[in-house]
Amino acid sequence: MGEIQAYNGGGWIATKLEWLINWGRKRSPWPLPFGTACCGIEMMCALAAGYDMARFGAERPSFSPRQADVLIQAGTINLKLAPVFKKIYDQMAEPRCVISMGACASSGGVFRTYATLQGIDKLVPVDIYIPGCPPRPEALLQALLMFIEKTEKSQPITHKKYSDLLVGT
Amino acid sequence: MNQNPTSQTSYESDNYVTINIGPSHPSMHGTLRIITMTDGETIVKAEPDIGYLHRGVEKLGESLTYHQFIPITDRLNYCSAIPNNVSYEMAVEKLMGVEVPEKAQLIRVIMMELARIADHQVCIGILGVDLGAFTPFFYLIIQREEIYEIFEWFNGARLTNTFGRIGGVDADLPDDFEERWEELKPNVRKANEETEKLLTHNRIWMDRTIGISAFSAEDALNRGFTGPCLRACGVKRDLRIDEPYCMYDKFKFEVPVGKNGDVFDRYIVRMIEMEESLKIIDQAYKLYKEMPSDAPLMARVPKVIKPPAGEVYSALESPNGELGFFVKSNGSANPYRIRIRPPCYMMFQALPELVKGEMVADLIACISSLNIIAGELDR
Amino acid sequence: MDLKKRVEQYLGPEGLVVAMTECQGDLSAEVPKRNILDVMHLLRDTPDLGFNFLSDVFGVDNLDLNKPKKKPKKKTEEGEGAEAEEEPKEKGPSPPRYEVVYLLLCFERNERLQVKVRVAEDDMEVDSLYPIWKASDWPEREIFDMFGIRFKGHPNLKRLLMWDDFPAHPLRKDYPLEGQGEERHLVYDD
Repeated sequence: MGEIQAYNGGGWIATKLEWLINWGRKRSPWPLPFGTACCGIEMMCALAAGYDMARFGAERPSFSPRQADVLIQAGTINLKLAPVFKKIYDQMAEPRCVISMGACASSGGVFRTYATLQGIDKLVPVDIYIPGCPPRPEALLQALLMFIEKTEKSQPITHKKYSDLLVGT
Repeated sequence: MNQNPTSQTSYESDNYVTINIGPSHPSMHGTLRIITMTDGETIVKAEPDIGYLHRGVEKLGESLTYHQFIPITDRLNYCSAIPNNVSYEMAVEKLMGVEVPEKAQLIRVIMMELARIADHQVCIGILGVDLGAFTPFFYLIIQREEIYEIFEWFNGARLTNTFGRIGGVDADLPDDFEERWEELKPNVRKANEETEKLLTHNRIWMDRTIGISAFSAEDALNRGFTGPCLRACGVKRDLRIDEPYCMYDKFKFEVPVGKNGDVFDRYIVRMIEMEESLKIIDQAYKLYKEMPSDAPLMARVPKVIKPPAGEVYSALESPNGELGFFVKSNGSANPYRIRIRPPCYMMFQALPELVKGEMVADLIACISSLNIIAGELDR
Repeated sequence: MDLKKRVEQYLGPEGLVVAMTECQGDLSAEVPKRNILDVMHLLRDTPDLGFNFLSDVFGVDNLDLNKPKKKPKKKTEEGEGAEAEEEPKEKGPSPPRYEVVYLLLCFERNERLQVKVRVAEDDMEVDSLYPIWKASDWPEREIFDMFGIRFKGHPNLKRLLMWDDFPAHPLRKDYPLEGQGEERHLVYDD
């Protein structure tokens, strides 16, 4: 009892610690609102007073990637912006989540042209896709709730991708 | 350092700091990039770099049919989608020589003026946010939701309303429009009053906006300015009065004109235009009620639109300025060339002159006041 | 006096107008490429014409303009499919491929005029209108970006909407809509 085991299904302390960490994380998902196009306006409506996103903890939209938990990509990414977007994703600290809002971010949307990236999942791993062109603000709120559910079940310590951090303990 | 060295690097770059206000930046204006060279905090040179939302709309139009392009025009100026739709439809109707029935024109006017109010609300709200005044943004956005409700109830979508068809509109205003309108009108006025109380005579707002990026009328004309920014410089030019379309010559309304062309004048011009739009909608609705209920809503157009070969340009006064469409047809069912004349394109290219000598915080105020919408800028 | 007659009166004598067309009320004047600056000075400075505002500048690629429309082959005439196609008509030398169109506006009289310049594929250079109207700054850069037409005298002729190393000119008719698989690779200095 009390052993921290470095594989899935850790001991009692590890799981309780994870529960505590997740309890803290799920109450304050700070978004990085990367709004490029029309979905940006709906995201702005979701952040504003009508469909308040702050009541779920997204109180501080941070435009700096280091201080954000969730990257909400709202709008089209085109090939000129793609390396910049990838760099911003790389700068975010783990654990991070990507929400792809709208049809353009998920798959290129209406714009199947020479200049548009056909979906941001060609560059970054996406956790939640929101369909719609543009999706209603309630859809973004549902995506945030799905992120909160996902955080409750995540394993920030005992997941096997972190196993090399715990070798020797 | 910056990826694209500025073209005229005759400055001694040791003394100047290059700040890259990059494609991802904290103001809610879409993706644009400005490479500024500053001497301390004063801007010496500011070069914009655009194209981060270029989606190839003009080329996409060449492979779609005329009707299929209407939803694409929504995505240009996404704060107010309806003037984009109507401008494109008017260009195609001009090419075909089709005359739109009067009832449809009145419905178009009502919807376009509502979109103008919505666009100005978001522009002023974001101008406030960029300067640090969060409260008017919340008041205006809450009120704007009511306009979105009208759009949704009439068109089916809040933001990208594919409004109207080539030849008219597809459906009539529903029966309870009058009640909704009577409820909306005082709310818009109230939100505007609250914003004015908070901002217009506020010492901090006046210090931060009066005299910033002032532009003379000759420079503005030379640079191709149109819309509220040109009117703020003192030139009385409004396409609704000078080249009337859609029965605008039957309405009486004022066109506000500023003096200095600075950020404060642009803000005041937009506030007054919102009030004038309410008057226009009142007059249009009164005319609409006098029309018989079975008046036609669409002109007779064929199912598959194949305009005769030719090219036309047609422009209207969108909330940002002169939004024009050049449509060239070669007789087939797809347009041969569509060119969109974006209003904020011409204004953004004047940025180096607008902000020379200002501080970096004023640069943000200037861009917000020009109402740069990346979807329209880059198409 | 009618706008068409006025333009012919002031521009016609020196052979500055090649053709004038009208479509649904829009007047369009075609001008030889080497005279574009003189024409613009005349249009702006003559009090009778007074076009003081440049609204837009853009390019058109006329490659597919006169392409014969494909007729659907009827299933009953299998053997006659080849003969039913029309033979291409014999034409003279094809007109220059590109056009640059300038949209001008006169504020006093609320008149609009389109001025066109034809650009052939082997000589893709036009004088820039930057000295007359600074509004032509970015539109000309965009024409260079999208079609490849260069503008002599432009202060900063670089690509505008695509990234600097983009290898092609997208709005040409022979460039496919979905692109040729270009990607942008940014190298950061750190």
